[in-house]
Amino acid sequence: MDLSRAERESLWEDMNGILGFFDSLSEVPTDGVEPAFSVLTGRDVFRPDDRATMLTREEALANAPDRHEGYFRVPSFMPEE
Amino acid sequence: VELCELTYSELERGLAAREFSSRELVCSTLDRVESVETEIRAFISVRDRSDLLAEADRADVARAAGERGALLGVPVAVKDNISTRGLTTTCGSRILADYVPPFDATAVSRLRSAGAIVVGKTNLDEFGMGSSNESSAFGPTRNPWDTGRVPGGSSGGSAAAVASGEVPLALGTDTGGSVRQPASLCGVVGVKPTYGRVSRYGLVAFASSLDQIGPLSRDVAGAGALLATIAGHDAMDATSAASAPPVSVAIREDLAGVRVGVPEECEGDGLDPEVRKSVLAAIEQMTELGATVERISLPHLKYGIPAYYLIADAEASSNLARYDGVRFGLREQGGGDARSMTEATRSAGFGAEVKRRIMLGTYALSAGYYDEFYMKAQRVRTLIAEDFSAAFRRYDLLVGPTSPTTAFPTGERLNDPVAMYLSDVFTVPASLAGVAAMSMPCGFSEGGLPIGLQLMAERFRESEMLSAAACLEQVLGQTKVRPGIRPEGTS
Repeated sequence: MDLSRAERESLWEDMNGILGFFDSLSEVPTDGVEPAFSVLTGRDVFRPDDRATMLTREEALANAPDRHEGYFRVPSFMPEE
Repeated sequence: VELCELTYSELERGLAAREFSSRELVCSTLDRVESVETEIRAFISVRDRSDLLAEADRADVARAAGERGALLGVPVAVKDNISTRGLTTTCGSRILADYVPPFDATAVSRLRSAGAIVVGKTNLDEFGMGSSNESSAFGPTRNPWDTGRVPGGSSGGSAAAVASGEVPLALGTDTGGSVRQPASLCGVVGVKPTYGRVSRYGLVAFASSLDQIGPLSRDVAGAGALLATIAGHDAMDATSAASAPPVSVAIREDLAGVRVGVPEECEGDGLDPEVRKSVLAAIEQMTELGATVERISLPHLKYGIPAYYLIADAEASSNLARYDGVRFGLREQGGGDARSMTEATRSAGFGAEVKRRIMLGTYALSAGYYDEFYMKAQRVRTLIAEDFSAAFRRYDLLVGPTSPTTAFPTGERLNDPVAMYLSDVFTVPASLAGVAAMSMPCGFSEGGLPIGLQLMAERFRESEMLSAAACLEQVLGQTKVRPGIRPEGTS
């Protein structure tokens, strides 16, 4: 993202306020506490590697802002000099 | 009484007894939408009348042929961050304003299979990020109880649509309170199911470890019927639970044997005295119904807000990376190369709150701050989940207020993110712990604004929670009250 000067100034103020408020976490002792990346207690989930009906190419491309011969088309990755 | 004002229980009985048809019900719904929508603005899109009536007719034919089903021919609204094949799914964002999903979310395909009629897509805070519906790129929804106030968020459109009688049922999504808080502010029932209860396939991701689709209804029975329809394992979502007890709402005369804990942390600063009074009165009713009620402490709940916002925003900053102007959504050309195109697209496509969250989430994940913020929040999440586990060894339900205040005036918290985030102080803990939770109406402020009671239950104990809520609802009698649409500033 690019942020305008006004957005930067407003974000600067907001982020300081929010992060200051979040500082309360530092008072919680968490030595030896495992992080909870998920609330699920289960194991990894596997499925058979079968073919399934997914989107057709036409469906997958239907929302593309730009397309060319069955592909998503993007502008050049190298800025033009 | 207009058909559209019936509660789910009433209209389900009427449809089953053939007192009226699904066609009549849908007509009543569309008339109500037409008469209140300019004031309420709950919907981003409403489907064509002819398509809806054709579906209603099919449901009536099926019913005449002997088919039964809890949602057969029942109108349902769907929050606009849940994918609907062939219907725009905007997420309340400019970046997806014209996005038409090529597939249905599993929750939606289950609705359609059950014969429910998807009326339209409801307004929301952009990508679900907000507690007032004010961050929607399509303008805010208004609270049917007072149009000068917010409906809550992020499922504010769904809550307002149900509260104003536009639809009997709606789907919302809840990441940190986004079903429960608007349900509270609009005086309806809203359920955040256990994480893993409902497939997230087709729910546009905000924070993947927290997001759940949940029902809103004017009565507990409707929320139960809608949840039962959309719940269940789905091979398309590896986090959906492979086996869980089914959802059903039992009729019970009292709450004998139900052990209720009231966390003292839910009475902290910022709790409106009127909300406190109403919630305590509802808890007193639970005692009179035979429940044993005790005050308890869940000492880490007070750290819920910082832990939640750090985790949710970290996940959001990653999930929202997909909006790059390549495969779907908005594209702005920028300076002509791919990087500049993506920058220009995201800068123009996201609103202020979404940008704030992406910045905060990226910051929390960045080298140097990862341990201090993100990992710390994840460890505190463990402590909060352990508080709940300990409490549920002794109690069947935890109860307290859903929201610290009633609906607040539009604009009041828009420029104060911390004040807005504190709207979710009582709802985020259940999200972090992944347990079941719901809000139900329990009374009104002196100004006539609804107040919500939150019930929380152990993972996959929705049936016990809903059955207790249905019993309490009989005493509180909230579903009889209809909101009149009041002009701005009269409360």
